[in-house]
Amino acid sequence: MSEASVSARVPKAPPVELGDGTARDLTTRTGTARLGVRKTYKLYVGGAFPRSESGRSYPVRAADGSLLAYAAQASRKDLRDAVVAARAAVRAWSGTSPYNRGQVLYRIAEMLEGRREQFVTEVGAAENVTADSAAAQVDAAIDRWVYYAGWTDKFAQVTGASNPVSGPYVSFSSPEPTGVVGLFAPQESSLLGLVSVLAPVLTTGNTAVLIASQDRPLSAVSLAEALATADLPAGTVNILTGSTAELAPWAAAHRDINALDLTGVAAQSRPALQRAGAGNLKRVYAPRDTDWLADPRTGRLSAFVEIKTVWHSKENEIT
Amino acid sequence: MTDVLTVPSARPQSQQSPPSPQNSPGETRIGTPPWSAADAARDNASLRRFLHGLPGVDQAGAESRAAGLATRSIKTTAKAWAITTSISMIDLTSLEGADTPARVRSLCARAMRPDLSRPDTPMVAAVCVYPDLVATAVDALRGSPVGVASVATAFPSGRASLATKLADVRDAVAAGANEIDMVIDRGAFLAGRYTEVFNEILAVKTECSPAHLKVILETGELGTLDHVRRASWLALLAGGDFIKTSTGKISPAATPPVALVMLQAAKNFAEMTGQARGVKLAGGIRTTKEAVRYLVMVNEVAGSTWLTPDLFRFGASSLLNDLLLQWHKLKTGAYDGPDYVAVD
Amino acid sequence: MTRQRISRGQAAAQTAGPAESGAPAAVPAGTDPFAYAPAPESRATARLRPSYQVFVDGRFRDGRGESIKSINPADEEPLAEVSEAGPADVEDAIAAARRAFEGPWSAMPAAQRGKYLFRIARYIQERARELAVLETLDNGKPIKESRDFDIPAAAAHFFYYAGWADKLGYAGLGPDPRPLGVAGQVIPWNFPLLMAAWKIAPALATGNTVVLKPAETTPLTALVLAEIMADADLPPGVVNILPGGPSIGEALVSHRGIDKIAFTGSTEVGKLIQRGAAGTSKRLTLELGGKAANIVFDDAPLDQAVEGIVTGIFFNQGQVCCAGSRLLVQESIADEVVSALQRRLTTLRLGDPLDKNTDVGAINSAAQLAKIRQLTESGETEGATRWSPPCRIPRRGYWFAPTIFTGVSQAHRIAREEIFGPVLSVLTFRTPAEAVEKANNTAYGLSAGIWTEKGSRILSVAAQLRAGVVWANTFNRFDPAAPFGGYKESGYGREGGRHGLEAYVDV
Repeated sequence: MSEASVSARVPKAPPVELGDGTARDLTTRTGTARLGVRKTYKLYVGGAFPRSESGRSYPVRAADGSLLAYAAQASRKDLRDAVVAARAAVRAWSGTSPYNRGQVLYRIAEMLEGRREQFVTEVGAAENVTADSAAAQVDAAIDRWVYYAGWTDKFAQVTGASNPVSGPYVSFSSPEPTGVVGLFAPQESSLLGLVSVLAPVLTTGNTAVLIASQDRPLSAVSLAEALATADLPAGTVNILTGSTAELAPWAAAHRDINALDLTGVAAQSRPALQRAGAGNLKRVYAPRDTDWLADPRTGRLSAFVEIKTVWHSKENEIT
Repeated sequence: MTDVLTVPSARPQSQQSPPSPQNSPGETRIGTPPWSAADAARDNASLRRFLHGLPGVDQAGAESRAAGLATRSIKTTAKAWAITTSISMIDLTSLEGADTPARVRSLCARAMRPDLSRPDTPMVAAVCVYPDLVATAVDALRGSPVGVASVATAFPSGRASLATKLADVRDAVAAGANEIDMVIDRGAFLAGRYTEVFNEILAVKTECSPAHLKVILETGELGTLDHVRRASWLALLAGGDFIKTSTGKISPAATPPVALVMLQAAKNFAEMTGQARGVKLAGGIRTTKEAVRYLVMVNEVAGSTWLTPDLFRFGASSLLNDLLLQWHKLKTGAYDGPDYVAVD
Repeated sequence: MTRQRISRGQAAAQTAGPAESGAPAAVPAGTDPFAYAPAPESRATARLRPSYQVFVDGRFRDGRGESIKSINPADEEPLAEVSEAGPADVEDAIAAARRAFEGPWSAMPAAQRGKYLFRIARYIQERARELAVLETLDNGKPIKESRDFDIPAAAAHFFYYAGWADKLGYAGLGPDPRPLGVAGQVIPWNFPLLMAAWKIAPALATGNTVVLKPAETTPLTALVLAEIMADADLPPGVVNILPGGPSIGEALVSHRGIDKIAFTGSTEVGKLIQRGAAGTSKRLTLELGGKAANIVFDDAPLDQAVEGIVTGIFFNQGQVCCAGSRLLVQESIADEVVSALQRRLTTLRLGDPLDKNTDVGAINSAAQLAKIRQLTESGETEGATRWSPPCRIPRRGYWFAPTIFTGVSQAHRIAREEIFGPVLSVLTFRTPAEAVEKANNTAYGLSAGIWTEKGSRILSVAAQLRAGVVWANTFNRFDPAAPFGGYKESGYGREGGRHGLEAYVDV
């Protein structure tokens, strides 16, 4: 077949708009458009990227209905596996020195910065916002991550205390991580909101099982790719994409999850989950709507720690 | 429980003579150990007070010192010396359920000639096998100075009657072993029945003489460095010629802080009694880097007197190959690969 | 049949022929079979330049003071020429710092300030090896210490304070702590880069700008730090570095154009600075000398206590303000501890600081060496017993062998005056109360050590010691998160931790 007849059969691709007012013609030398290699979006569990054990996936669409990608549809068994991975990672992550945790989190920020353009594209498509707005959110998300990297070795000094008790005793209190936190990422804010719920959990030494926004999950998977390349120990963060309504009851009832962040769960659905969580007395954090661009304050840091108070006797001179 | 106890017999003549003092302006007290066998048998409470009265070990401090010693940079001539010396200190070990006579013969061949391309490579100190393969090893090593060490006393768990354990020792010695690696009863130790542990070591020592006795503490089961120190002293008081870290069957095995505590105990024991006893590190030592670090530790903690196979051993198998690879690199300047050293 | 054990020596005789056989001989007494071969770090890594200049308003330029040679105390050879600052440079630097403070630095969002500090921290990590070798050449300390302590700690200090920049409202200093303005900072020669980090990081995190004078004998790493700051695009004038001598330091701290003085150095000079600042509104923090007591009780973990004593007085050749220069050992174990200590000292290696196996390096300057010698001689004339392990002292350079004095009383000069060298004075005590009394019987109060396995004793003694830093079962531990500073004539103010912010904000 001659070159000319090939190009006659395959339509020429329209120029691609780049969001900054310019457009690029991707037509190749032979006159056909270059076919991109589309990404497969999988789960992130135990430091690896498996598909759902159920084999299911679901279409993720842009605001105009066009297909962005398929995401894995996690099952309760995937959730179970994620919790196992998160539990296994608790000792190493909570045992890492606060300084080293800060170093790891800062490195994640470096990885996020490197993927800035990718995130801008994904956020723009998912949230149907302008490139400028998407860029502002991505920048805020990266800075938010840096913000939380800086808390790791300071939080204990702000929440901890030397207790002025009576008697020949020394008493001090310090925050310790609660363990495995089940998080529901915000449904709307696909990156900035996601980062704002996940980072504080890691800062305080906890491990995470995060259920991404149902309709806007792709940034969560890209975030997972950044985590996987940034020295974050396997299992510290686990990200599941899929149906929030399907996974939430299982997470709420899971007795090896120590705490829940219900940010991404609609208000009317929360009471049932809180009741289920009472089964092992989960610490439940259920905030009102948040302005993600505002100062995050410390609520999300103190929500997932336990305060340990230690007493020790003090010797006196024999009188 | 045996009821007739003898004071530990004179150590075989191949053992090291009292250590030469090393720039030691302080006193070296020469005398008898504070515990005779009879005392130990009578009074567990007193033995416990002695052992518990030993100075504690601060774990952070011990780890810090071990880490500091690991920063020594050993190059060129010093590295060459360390590699050859390490080879000569190896108890080349095979302790698998699947061991066969052919495997043991192959092990012994390597023990005598670790590197056929370099015939002047030193021999290892000994091979270490299960009691029922001792005869094979003795036969294969006939005429060479390589020793035959046998594990015994229901190795590795040590969970059997004393009679069984002593029979195990008897068999190994009868088959020709000249070194016995026994395990202590960790259950008894952790339960505070120190006299029982002491007596068992004594009984094994009596049974195996003149073969020399290594006492495996199984430090990975002892839990704290304080326990490691106490167990070291207990084994030395009972007459062990060597204290040894591990069976190699569980993890953790030999680690730098544990080695530090044991070397310090051997050193302190020598200062108190004038008798230098040995230390063997076994389990998990696979690389030249680790071996060299341990030699640095021996050198700076116990002293250069201990830098001899008579007082220091590595219980290892794959370490030998890494030492040979590193030796090749030192001589040729190029990195080598596992294809270039023989497997068993 | 028991297999006859052939001794190693017999085996060697049987199988080996010529001496180049690989079989090692038995260890003859008195030899050192395991002599560590030289393991020198490469000097070229330091990227030493022939000359260094002052750093003002974001640029390097010749200073208007003298040009001096910075020398290597290990061999007295010149390393580089340094163009020192003159009084006019002090004026320029303060003006630049003021402009930066009132302009871009104040206007900048706090999180952005923090990001500059993160960048600087990262660049220190990237250039760690270069900085370590340079520090060793300029200061004389062993490469093992610059590499494993000074440089990583400096990077960590920047990392720590970077994170505070946008969180000041949580530091317990009020909802919106304001910076003071321009800080004039003078640092000593014992930890040149680290002291620069301790000063600059909290000042910048809180929104101040800085003019810093490194010590005259050790300006080089501070000037490379200036380069790092320029590479990080730190706005001009935010940090200015002025190498120079005492007169420049004085010009800096007495200048009306600064709002804050931070000084680390001798108590003598600290007092002068306090006098000079009287009547002004300048805020002042001082980190001065010490004569710390390292207290070893009879139930101490002995082996680790010996390590702690050694670290306490021989780390950095004893040239540390918080050095454990007085050993207070419980009388019942005193002989045992001193013996163990002397034995341990024989394994310390004194020599070329660039050798990775060196434990004890050179004294920083001829002047410092003279002071150490003078005080040590007083120890002998006052009747204490002096002991040092045998050391091979290099022909050139400034060296002092580790030294222990026993039979020391509280009245001896070597028990009262800061020697700032590798000299330990050993005293005894009988009860905890006596230990506390002796430990506190000094005008200084920077640090102290406690060695005992008994927790209740640690906490009780720690509560009674008049010292700003108390180490229990350890010594010389530093962390950017842990406040450091003195009581009494060891100074006031704290560096490090949440408390380290206070000095730089308007509370």
